[in-house]
Amino acid sequence: MSQAGSIAWLAAHELRLSWRDGLALMTAGRRRRAINVIIALAVFAVAMHFFANWFVSRYADVNLSADVPVLIALTGTLIVSWSLLLSQAMESVTRAFYARSDLELILTSPVSTRKVFAVRMARIAVSTVLLAVLLAAPFVDVLAYRGGVRWLGAFGVVAGMGAVATAVALALTIALFRLVGAKRTRLIAQILAAVIGAAFVIALQVAAIFSSGSLSRFAALQSEWVVAHAPGLGTAFWWPARAVLGDPVALIAVMAASAAILIGTIVLFSRRFGDHALAAAGVSSGAVRQRQRSRFRAASQRRALRRKEWMLLRRDPWLVSQTLMQVLYLLPPALLLWITFGDGNEAFVIIIPVIVMAAGQLAGGLAWLTISAEDAPDFVMSAPIAPRSILLAKIEAVIGMVAMIFAPMALLLALDSVRASVILALGILIASASSTLIQLAFRVQAKRSQFRRRQTSSRIATFAEAFSSISWAAAAAMAADGTWFFLLPAFVALAILGGVRLISPPRD
Amino acid sequence: MPLVRSLMRLSTIALALRGLRKTFDRPAVDGLDLTVYGGEFYALVGPNGAGKTTTLRMVTGLLRPDAGSIVLDGIDALADPIAAKQVTAWVSDESMIYDKLTPFEYLEFVGGLWRMDPRLAEAQARELLDILGLMPHAHERCEGFSKGMRQKVALAGALVHEPKLIILDEPLTGLDAASARQVKTVLHKRVRAGNTVIMTTHILDVAERMADRIGIIARGRLIAEGTLKELHRQTGQSGTLEDTFLTLVATEAA
Repeated sequence: MSQAGSIAWLAAHELRLSWRDGLALMTAGRRRRAINVIIALAVFAVAMHFFANWFVSRYADVNLSADVPVLIALTGTLIVSWSLLLSQAMESVTRAFYARSDLELILTSPVSTRKVFAVRMARIAVSTVLLAVLLAAPFVDVLAYRGGVRWLGAFGVVAGMGAVATAVALALTIALFRLVGAKRTRLIAQILAAVIGAAFVIALQVAAIFSSGSLSRFAALQSEWVVAHAPGLGTAFWWPARAVLGDPVALIAVMAASAAILIGTIVLFSRRFGDHALAAAGVSSGAVRQRQRSRFRAASQRRALRRKEWMLLRRDPWLVSQTLMQVLYLLPPALLLWITFGDGNEAFVIIIPVIVMAAGQLAGGLAWLTISAEDAPDFVMSAPIAPRSILLAKIEAVIGMVAMIFAPMALLLALDSVRASVILALGILIASASSTLIQLAFRVQAKRSQFRRRQTSSRIATFAEAFSSISWAAAAAMAADGTWFFLLPAFVALAILGGVRLISPPRD
Repeated sequence: MPLVRSLMRLSTIALALRGLRKTFDRPAVDGLDLTVYGGEFYALVGPNGAGKTTTLRMVTGLLRPDAGSIVLDGIDALADPIAAKQVTAWVSDESMIYDKLTPFEYLEFVGGLWRMDPRLAEAQARELLDILGLMPHAHERCEGFSKGMRQKVALAGALVHEPKLIILDEPLTGLDAASARQVKTVLHKRVRAGNTVIMTTHILDVAERMADRIGIIARGRLIAEGTLKELHRQTGQSGTLEDTFLTLVATEAA
């Protein structure tokens, strides 16, 4: 047993908290779900291995003699994956700064603050590395099985990517604190995390659209210009890719450099972490003044509810960044739409399902916020308004928000093809309404701060929402293509809704 | 004339509960009969788990009773809950407000839910914010407010639509002396204006000083009711409400 207050003791405490946090995230806080979670994870792992086998087995023979285009593709994949890790790490770091749970206990205890925060940063790094290794495992396993154990070096590279992502997230967040102060850092860091998560993918897609008019992620990376301007084969730039391919020297270099960057960052920033955490804790109790409105506005009951929902959502930057994350992915298809004007139906078939699916997913998140995460449920229920009208107002609020975001796309499309525009609008409306109905069927009282965990509170709702959106997206694509086969996915989507109605918990 | 007005008010029944029952794992409310008159300040006291909050949640339409009837200002609350809610306000011990709204916006929202004329709602809101000392914070988001300020915003929300029956569940919990006094003053004003207040509280001194009548509830049933003097007569004691309350509850438990 380690001595109380030592680094090992603090690390054990942090690991216990991490473990319980992770478990709660997966089981939604219900113990009896643990066995279900284990089964689900096992099934997921097997499914991911099958998917990985289909996706990467053809690359198993690629070896260290690979040419520049292959190394570019591999490095591009690593950068895209790293951007997602950075996004995750930034969210973790921001949460660590602004969580007040044990801050006062820590800062009033006789333990070295620097030591505590160094361990806390290490905990974030361990979580990020574990996530990276777990997500990469199916692909690395398949490559190692098919192409030899040399591929196992990829685990070291992935771990190094997690470590560097954490170090960069820490440095970025601390830099934000110094540049814009504690008050604005939270908002900017959260939005930055969301944008970074999507940025590399979006940037590559935008580049691909401009270069070849397709959505293929690597089209831009394989262009002649990129190959011609890539660094030489002997440079350190390719070490991560070479380490993945089984170069032991490159692997050791990558891992050592990653560890040095992480340790250096922790040593450099651990003292400031406490100061910034204190500053962050002080921010939450400050007064935020709104623009002074002189008069009450007339409103029906439903309008008052809708207005309230929109106002609450607009004023929560974290929720805005979380929900708009999905909308960011729409930028490339929107761009594709813009530059392929007048090219006929083919482009529509590509973008309509993407937009319809994004609308369905966005509506699901918004529906959870408005329907399940009502901050004052008793108050609203004590008002002289029928429960049905309350629900209708909330559904209208969701559909209204989705319409506001997606209507410009449908209108833009109408300039070129009214038929495609109508199909898109109907697809958005139906997919959004379906996701909202699914959230309605599985609604449970929750807090807005639990948004991240909403998907674990009802896995059936999550899967139903995803499959419903996919089915409506497929139906919209087929309808845009002019085939009557669109009825088939539409029927599947309706069957999903029927199934949801059958298995959803009964209501009073 | 004031006496006649008072007698006229008290002749109307603001709330009548008959045979009210609600069972969860065990009976929470067990055949409760209760009558509160118009213009009365009624305190409902009882030990933890006695059924006070469950009773009030049924009255406000948040819970449906298993059996019994609820009549609010002559309205059958189970048959016409919307009409009953129109004349009722509910304040819980957990302030039911929105962190991201300002008190001004919150009261505007309440006015919309109760279908008030916006000009009247605004006038009421300004008056309440002023009385409760919230005017300087009227345009600040509630997220930075103390427990007392939040509770006062919730109270303003309950009163802005001029309810006939004001139901409060532990409204003074966690309030400092100044805030508690402001809340008590506002409630007394409402009673003097002819409204009815029903309040649960664990602070027996407050019940003793504020209430016209006190109902003591235990195991989901009303075990004693009346003015402090009437309660003294029932127990044969002459001490504080606390002494009387403890005697009655101990007798019921025995």
